[in-house]
Amino acid sequence: MTIYSAIFYILSIIILAATFMAITRRDVLHAVVYLIISFIATGLIFYLLGAPFLALLEIIIYAGAIMVLFLFIVMMLRLNPEDRDRETAITQWSPAVVLGGITLILAAVMVFAEPVSGTPLKAFMASPLELGRFLFQEYWFAVEIASFLLLIALVGALYLGRYEKQAKKIPTQEGP
Amino acid sequence: MIVPFGHVLSLAILLFILGAACAVAHRNLIMILIGVEIMLNAAGLAFIGASLKWQQLDGQAFVIFILTVAASEVAVGLALIVYSYRRTGSVDANRYNLLKG
Repeated sequence: MTIYSAIFYILSIIILAATFMAITRRDVLHAVVYLIISFIATGLIFYLLGAPFLALLEIIIYAGAIMVLFLFIVMMLRLNPEDRDRETAITQWSPAVVLGGITLILAAVMVFAEPVSGTPLKAFMASPLELGRFLFQEYWFAVEIASFLLLIALVGALYLGRYEKQAKKIPTQEGP
Repeated sequence: MIVPFGHVLSLAILLFILGAACAVAHRNLIMILIGVEIMLNAAGLAFIGASLKWQQLDGQAFVIFILTVAASEVAVGLALIVYSYRRTGSVDANRYNLLKG
């Protein structure tokens, strides 16, 4: 076992533990903080698997931008403390656990039945220059579509988030 | 020499299942969106492992598109959550019972 595989296993344990802690929290704020740890460790694994540029993007976009966006929303909305306590009854979790367990068993059988899956991967590093050249030579049209998608998402978020003077409030059964 | 491809794939699968469980079991809309984010992240991890296994850059190129989709999805999703919070005063999915379903 080389030092790289030891690093990989330690990082994967950190990722799984942090994600598990995140999804079992009742408070969204705590979940977001645990997820930041998980995403930074994922970025390190990306670096280990030969993608330094994507490791940076993972930390900047996922751990930075997206999680901070979640934090903003959590602070902006006054979440009802009643809802927090009603969250995560154990009966809610049982179908998810059963389905996840079946999927996990099938996936493990499938992954380890393949004969070549036991051989270790060769190290390989794609520099940001190579990745950029490859991206704009082979996938330039997809890059254009992705930029268009970002524009549409911007317009959609602006439209949904605009201030309405008299927003019609729909009363819910228990809510205000 | 790093780890076998099967181990990278197993990590991605475990992470995906954690995300799916989060999206299925929670009633808070923000937690459901977080579950979707975890699933997208796991898909990116699988792509990067595959890119290393076949020594091709296509997998890494696709992770960039996954990042794009995740960013736009979270922007629109959070805008929808804020909108529905303004309309109903709650982010609990169980309270959206206008149709008395």
